[in-house]
Amino acid sequence: MTHLLTAAMPRDAAIALLDLAEDMHQIQDRQVKKLPALRGRTVVNLFFEDSTRTRSSFEIAGKWLSADVINVSGKGSSASKGESLRDTGLTIAAMGVDGVVVRSGSSGAPALLADWIGRPVVNAGDGTHEHPTQALLDAFALRRRIHGDAARGKGLDGVRVAIVGDIAHSRVARSNALLLPALGAEVTLVGPPAFLPPGAGPTRLGVRATTDLDAVIAERPDALMLLRVQLERQTGAVVPSAAEYITGWSLTDERLARLGDEARIMHPGPMNRGLEISSRAADADASTILEQVTAGVSVRMAVLYSLLASDHPSSADGGSR
Amino acid sequence: MTSARTVLGPDEIGRSLTRIAHEILEANHGPDDLVLLGIPTRGAHLAQRLADRLAAITGDDFGARVGTLDVTMHRDDLRGRPTRASAPTRIPAGGVDDRVVVLVDDVLYSGRTIRAAFDALADLGRARIVRLAVLVDRGHRELPIRADFVGKNLPSARSEHVSVLLAEADGQDAVTIEDAAPEATQEDRA
Repeated sequence: MTHLLTAAMPRDAAIALLDLAEDMHQIQDRQVKKLPALRGRTVVNLFFEDSTRTRSSFEIAGKWLSADVINVSGKGSSASKGESLRDTGLTIAAMGVDGVVVRSGSSGAPALLADWIGRPVVNAGDGTHEHPTQALLDAFALRRRIHGDAARGKGLDGVRVAIVGDIAHSRVARSNALLLPALGAEVTLVGPPAFLPPGAGPTRLGVRATTDLDAVIAERPDALMLLRVQLERQTGAVVPSAAEYITGWSLTDERLARLGDEARIMHPGPMNRGLEISSRAADADASTILEQVTAGVSVRMAVLYSLLASDHPSSADGGSR
Repeated sequence: MTSARTVLGPDEIGRSLTRIAHEILEANHGPDDLVLLGIPTRGAHLAQRLADRLAAITGDDFGARVGTLDVTMHRDDLRGRPTRASAPTRIPAGGVDDRVVVLVDDVLYSGRTIRAAFDALADLGRARIVRLAVLVDRGHRELPIRADFVGKNLPSARSEHVSVLLAEADGQDAVTIEDAAPEATQEDRA
């Protein structure tokens, strides 16, 4: 693996990363949360969009592996003075950093950066395109909920996951729709018509899409993933009001009761309690929301280790590009 | 192409492990405070076999006194090699503080794996004593490290390749030695 730009990867590569993350996860139980694997490596978190959660998760992951981690935010950087992405990337590379974690509002920015700077690049979310480490941590948290300590080596075969919300604009949904089926899961995308990818029936991602959340709940999915609704970003009449959204697509207390106790409730955060998810659902025993946050550190440790530990990382592991 | 020569068969491996189990008890004046940590993959199987023998000899339950210690993240050769896969570390519930920890590995060669194990162990707690048990010591140390318990000393050339096969991982018990092809001399017995 030379970069992590997409969650589209072969099953074996995904399981190898999740297994590595399982081994990294053990650091949570230890007093000394430090492994020397990336000692002497420098990682730059280059964040052109605000993201406390993802940035601090990458920062902790790098530090627990003994890398030096530097945060560069878009605001106040030379990007806000008109510098191009390419020049920003080349400048950072010229300082001798070993890897760059990039978050950008522009879909495809990490892929361009990867071509330009000749260093490993991790996509920490690009526009409405992808967020591969989020999909990996979702898969990790779900696999761990299902299989516990026996999760190593396993996929998500036959696990039915419904992803609910603004599918069309969600990089989380896209990355999950690529990764989870590769692990054997059956993914259904659910949302208002304006939030679904164009066209009815199976999407270009090869997964099912529907507007009917209640029908999906009646099928008793194994996991229900709620996406954050960003009504403030949407303008125009195609988008439902908050009240309309809650009626049709929120995990309300009433829907929670119909969902039953078995289905895991997932959310990438940050949550709008009372909008896409009720407080009772967010705090239910079936909720994996905080486990997902913990998993994020383990998964990002696995990604940074895979990209940066060796000067000659094997290309035999699927090389996610 | 020379074929592999078997230097230890299943009976000899079994006898070596039984002897090592007795030697561990003798050196420790009994089973008190003993914890066995095997280095994955084959060291972990050997540690389990030693624990079974110690349980049989002493009548104590060693199930909660055997674990694994993965040293991957502490190795000194991560940069120069293809990305190494890790393995689980499983520390017994009692931890390692003030215990007599016996590290168990299959082959002792350069000593670098054991050096990494010292660092990995130190991050988990402060053992009272650390000892080392290996099935095969093939020489060629690159660090001042020696084993306390050795199944067999096996003089070897650096160009030779020593393999430990165990039923749990390989379907059979054997220790073999062979002339490695030139490009394979850097095999992973570091």
